[in-house]
Amino acid sequence: MSYEVRLEKFEGPLDLLIHLIRKNEVDIYDIPIADITAQYLAIVDDMQSLNLDVAGEFLLMAATLLHIKSRMLLPQPEEEAAEEEEVDPRAELVRRLLDYQRYKDAAAEIDTFPLLDRDVFARRSFPAELAPPEAEPFESVGLYELVEAFRHLLRQTGQDVVHEVVAERLSVVDRINRILFLLTGKETLGFRELFSEMPDRHEVVVTFLAMLELIKMRMIRCLQTTHHGAIWIYPAVVAGEDDAAAWADEDSLGYG
Amino acid sequence: MRPPGRMRIPLDTDELKQLVEALVFASDTPLKVDRIAELLEIDKSEVSPILADLTEEFRQGKRGFVLVEVAGGFQFRTRPEHAEWLRRLSQSRPFRFSRAALEALAIVAYRQPITRAEVDYLRGVDSGGVLKTLLEKRLIRILGKKDIPGKPLIYGTTRDFLELFGLKDLGALPTLKEVGELPAASLAEETADEDPLRTPMQEHR
Repeated sequence: MSYEVRLEKFEGPLDLLIHLIRKNEVDIYDIPIADITAQYLAIVDDMQSLNLDVAGEFLLMAATLLHIKSRMLLPQPEEEAAEEEEVDPRAELVRRLLDYQRYKDAAAEIDTFPLLDRDVFARRSFPAELAPPEAEPFESVGLYELVEAFRHLLRQTGQDVVHEVVAERLSVVDRINRILFLLTGKETLGFRELFSEMPDRHEVVVTFLAMLELIKMRMIRCLQTTHHGAIWIYPAVVAGEDDAAAWADEDSLGYG
Repeated sequence: MRPPGRMRIPLDTDELKQLVEALVFASDTPLKVDRIAELLEIDKSEVSPILADLTEEFRQGKRGFVLVEVAGGFQFRTRPEHAEWLRRLSQSRPFRFSRAALEALAIVAYRQPITRAEVDYLRGVDSGGVLKTLLEKRLIRILGKKDIPGKPLIYGTTRDFLELFGLKDLGALPTLKEVGELPAASLAEETADEDPLRTPMQEHR
């Protein structure tokens, strides 16, 4: 049998199970596990036949349900049963479902609260009106966002060809000098401009290290206009300073 | 206007009340009772009744805003029923939290300090992405690391969270409802550590 279930509706397997228990109007403390498992698996099957990417959590829960079902079928070993009240194999699942339902309810209730800057407003809430009409204010880029930008680039790079042999590759020092060269005569440089069109992994890593090194040497600064906005590179060297002195020197860095 | 001096001449009740009101009005963030007492050089016990009075006056009066206690301080806020009109001024579009974000936020709020694995388990879903978003929105923060193998990060809610939802403190969260009675016998051991609504934690940025 198949169910008309819109999967996006469910936050996860617990949500789906609660839905099934309600739909079947069964007692949560006495879940007919075989029946519910069958329905659950049918839905997961549907998901797969629709070529939907079934999240691992749904499969994990399917396995859990089958495990519980099998435990319910097995006779209890006698000593164990006598020892203490037998533990219902469903107990943990029931507890999780009830717990989840409580937080779900609480979340729904919290959602009805008037939110600051959406439903209620305080005096400080209109900085845009009060602030002088200044160009986009810059904020410094946090480490976290730099790492994000780095990972984003890495994801774009293709896999290295396995048999490729390159005798000499870019060094961090080369890259530092290249960034400085790119920045010469410019006010700013986009983060992405530091890299070539299709950078490979090596280039991304080396260039990123070079950028960090330059930040450490206080020769460039990384700024962005908005949280998660584009990252911009600014030269931090005071104009008029001896350019030559700013050039990176192979020995001054720990990289070969 | 009497400048604050070493020799404090006691302010009369009406003037004190005006001053408290003025300070709360002029403050950019919710103003704490302690701070008001400090500024006016009076005892905290004198401030609280004045704030209570003002709260009541603004609630009853035909004013466009009310005095509310949020995130441990006092702040003037507009009335929720005027939301639509006020949004015109700020030109903001109403936003909504996703269910996933709300669930994760509620779990962190009630169960803090909590690890990501615990949130995952409670929701039955990987919550890494949604926790990251909440971190970025500064509604939760990293409190430290849990002293167990792997040293996982532990999360808690922020002051911004209280301000956003207009909560006085964590104790002002809705009480978690019992969804049916748990059969004590078979579930006792597993629920031993269950006390989701902990005492409100000290909030500090």
